[in-house]
Amino acid sequence: MTSSSPPRSYGASAPLSRRGFMGGAASLSSVPLLSRTAEAEPDKKAPKVPENDPAHYKPTFFSQEEYLFLCHACERIFPQDENGPGAQALGAPRFIDRQMSTPYGFGDLWYMKAPFHEGPPELGYQLPYNPRDLYRGTITPINTHCLMTYNALFAALPPDRQDEVLHDMENNRLRFNDIPGAAFFEQLRTNTLEGAFADPAYGGNHDMGGWKMMGFPGARADFMDWINQEGAPYPFGPVGMPARPDPYSSAFQTDEEG
Amino acid sequence: MPDETSTPTRPDVLIIGGGWAGSIMAKELTEAGLNVTMLERGHDHSTAVEGTYPGSIDELRGAIRKRLFQKLARTSLTIRNRPDQTALPYRQLTAFLPGEGVGGAGLHWSGCHFRATEDDLRLRSATIERYGENFIPKDMHLQDYGVTYGELEPFFDKAEKVFGTSGEASSVRGQKTGRGNIFAPDRSDHFPLPPMADTFSASVFRAAATDMGYHPFSIPAANASQPYTNPYGCQMGPCNFCGYCSGYACYLYSKASPNVNILPALRQDRRFTLITQAQVLEIMLDDTHKKATGVRYVDLSSRTEKTLEADLVILSAFQLHNVHLMLVSGIGQPYDPVTQTGTIGRNFTYQTITSSRVWLPEDRFTSQFVGAGGAGVAIDDFNHPGFDRGRLGFIGGSPIWVNQAGLKPIAAAQGSGGKGAPRWGSAYKSAMIDQYRHSLGIDAHGSNMAYRDVYLDLDPTWTNAYGQPLLRMTFTWKDNDIRMNQHVVSHIGDIAHAMGATRTSLNSLQPGQPFDSRVYQTTHLNGGVIMGENPKTSALNRYLQSWDVPNLFVIGSSAFPQGMGYNPTGLVAALAYWSAHHIRRTYLRNPGPMVSA
Repeated sequence: MTSSSPPRSYGASAPLSRRGFMGGAASLSSVPLLSRTAEAEPDKKAPKVPENDPAHYKPTFFSQEEYLFLCHACERIFPQDENGPGAQALGAPRFIDRQMSTPYGFGDLWYMKAPFHEGPPELGYQLPYNPRDLYRGTITPINTHCLMTYNALFAALPPDRQDEVLHDMENNRLRFNDIPGAAFFEQLRTNTLEGAFADPAYGGNHDMGGWKMMGFPGARADFMDWINQEGAPYPFGPVGMPARPDPYSSAFQTDEEG
Repeated sequence: MPDETSTPTRPDVLIIGGGWAGSIMAKELTEAGLNVTMLERGHDHSTAVEGTYPGSIDELRGAIRKRLFQKLARTSLTIRNRPDQTALPYRQLTAFLPGEGVGGAGLHWSGCHFRATEDDLRLRSATIERYGENFIPKDMHLQDYGVTYGELEPFFDKAEKVFGTSGEASSVRGQKTGRGNIFAPDRSDHFPLPPMADTFSASVFRAAATDMGYHPFSIPAANASQPYTNPYGCQMGPCNFCGYCSGYACYLYSKASPNVNILPALRQDRRFTLITQAQVLEIMLDDTHKKATGVRYVDLSSRTEKTLEADLVILSAFQLHNVHLMLVSGIGQPYDPVTQTGTIGRNFTYQTITSSRVWLPEDRFTSQFVGAGGAGVAIDDFNHPGFDRGRLGFIGGSPIWVNQAGLKPIAAAQGSGGKGAPRWGSAYKSAMIDQYRHSLGIDAHGSNMAYRDVYLDLDPTWTNAYGQPLLRMTFTWKDNDIRMNQHVVSHIGDIAHAMGATRTSLNSLQPGQPFDSRVYQTTHLNGGVIMGENPKTSALNRYLQSWDVPNLFVIGSSAFPQGMGYNPTGLVAALAYWSAHHIRRTYLRNPGPMVSA
C-alpha cells in the first residue's frame, strides 16, 4: 500500500449496541434498541449529532422490532471492521427502509403475474412476493425461530450465532412459511450492499464511507487525465451527487398502465 | 396540443421500434421522400433530459433499478433450458437487459462497434470448404446470411461514419496500415476517429499479448476519441472515460446512440413523425395474408387502442420483440423443433461469454471506475476465420479482451465473492476491496451456434399486460460452444501470468451446465426471424424482406442465423443500411418480392 492510497482506517465508534444483553428470557423489551436514539430517553437532551446520522433514523415501513433485526442482520453481512464502517454506520438499514416506499419496494419493476410455480434455480426468482412482502413475511418468523431455538431474538444473539442463522438461511436450511431462507437472504444481501454503496442521497453510504473504503471516487465522472497512470492509486477522495430534494422526483416516472 | 384520442394521419411507412435499426430506416426512408411514422412503446429520451449530470451517473437509479430498460411489469418472456421443461417467467431483469424508450438498447449499450468477418456471414459454406460437411454437428442449424462481407462493406463504412467510431484499421483498400486487427477484412476507408486510449489494465493486456505473439488491437468503439460531427450534422463530444456507458445515457454526447447520432437530424424533418408510448400489438394483414396493411397499437398515454395503416411496414424492435410480433401477428410459420418446419422462432442464439478475473500486485491499482464502454484491447487469434478449428473440433470462436467499461461500486460489491470465496462478512469485505482496487476482468466473448431444440415460440400460460401470450425461450449451452469456450479460456491463464498476475479466477462453461438466467451475461440475443437464401430455413430474404409478406422488412439481430464472436450492433446497423439501400433502389420502384422464392 502506498502512502497516497485512500485511507482504509475507520476510527468512529460503533453505533451498534448489544451491550446490556445478558441472556436469559429474552423478549422484545429486554433487547436494547439502537443506542443513542432520542426516543429511548425522550426527556434527556440528546447530544448534538449531525441531522443525517443513521443512528437517529425512525423507520417508516419497518416496525421497531423489524428494524432492530434489520440493523443487526445488515451489520453481519457487512460488518464494521479494520477496513471501515459497517452496514449500520453506513445507514444501509435506513436505505432499505426508504427503498420499501419506492416502485422497487412494491415490486413494480418485476413481472409479477400469476401463476407462480417453483422451478430449477437457473430459471430465476419465482415467488409471488415483492421486496416489502419478503421483509414483512420473514423477519418475525426469523425472530420466532431464534426465540424457540436460542431463547432470544435475533438482535440479542451473539454475532457468531447470528452468522449461523444467516448461513442457515443462505443455504436454505431455514424456510419461513413459503419463503425459502435463501430467497430472503439474497434480498437482504443485495439491499445491504446497495445501501453501503449507493449515492448517499438514498440514505445509505453515510458520509460516502462505502466509497472511501473501496476507493471509488463517486460522482467525479471525468478521468481524462487518469486513463492510464501505470497503476498509480487515484489521488482524490469521492464526491457525492449534489443534494437533490427528492432523488425520486424524476428517477421513477411510473408509467401508466395501458 | 393535438387531441390525444385522434389517430395520426396515414404515413407511407410505419416503423415499429425507435432503436438503432428503426432510426436508421427512418432516416433512409425520409431521405427517399417518404412520410415515415415511428412507433416506440416507451418514453422519449433525449440527452438534455435523460443524460444530465449528475442524475445520469447515479448507479442505483441507472443500472441497478434499470431506468432505461424494459418495463417487465408490462411484458416479459418465459425461459426454460429444455423442451421437456415448463418455462417460467423472467420476473427480474438479470441475464439480459432489453431497452425501452426512444433509442432502445442503443441508448444504454456500451459502444463496442465491430464489423462481421467474411466467414461470419457465410459460416455454413466456409465451414464446409475448410473442414467438410461432416464437421457440422448433427442438429446444428448452421446457415449463411445470403449476403457477403464485400456486399456489406460500404454499409459497415457508412455506419461507422454515422456512429463516429474510434478505431485503427489494419488494411485499407488493400494497403497495410496502422496496427489494427490484422485478421480483420479489408476496408474501403479508415475509421472516422483514431482509437480510444488504453486504460491501464488494457495496456497491461496489450503488452502481455504482444510478448506472447498474439495480435492485440484496440476494440472499435462508438465512443468518440475526439470531437466529431457525423454526416447528418450531429455532434459528439470527446469521451472522458467517466465509466458510465453500459446502462446509462452518456452525459457528454460521446457514446453513439440513435438519440445523439440520428434523431436530432430526423426530428427536423417534416416527413418524420415519432409517436411514443405506442405499444404495437399486431401487424395487420389483408385477407390474402400476403400484405401488411398497418399496425394495431395501444396508445399508453390515452389508454386507447388504435390502428394505423401504411404501404410499407418496418419491424425494428428489439430481437425478442421482433420474434414476438411475428408470432402474435401470424406472419410466417412458427418453427416446430420436432418436424423442423417453420421459420419464426428458428435459430435463436445468444453470446457464449464468460468473464475471468486477474489480480495484479498490491502496489498496482487498476482504477476500475475509469472506463469507456467500447474501449479496450482485444485479440482475435481464437476467433478469426483462419484459426484452425479442425484439430479442435468445434465451430466458432471468441475474441479475448480487456474491455474496462467502468466498474461501479454496487455492481462491484454484488459481484464479489462466490466460487468458494465468502459472499458476506469481514473476509468478504477485505476481498471485495482488494478485488476492486487491484484486479481486472478478461472476457472470452464468443460465438453461439444455432440448434434444433433451441428456439422461441409462444408461452401457453403467461400473458403480458395486453392479454397476449408471452414469448417463450428454450435455450441452453451446447457441447460445441462449451468446448469452444473452454479452449479459449484455457489460454487466458497464460496471458494473465504474462501480465504479472498474482492470482486468477478463470471462468469457463462446464459440460452440462445449463444457461442460468439469474446471472448477467450480455444482451446480445440473436435470431428467430433470420435472413437467408431458402424460405424453408429462413424468414427473410437477403434484403431482410419477409418471404411471406413482401411489404414487411424485419431489421435487427433477429436476422442473424447464428451468434458471432463480436457484439451485434455493428452488423445490425450495416444490415439496416443494406436493406434500406435496396428498398430505395429496387423495392420502391417495384414493390414486391425482391428475391423469388
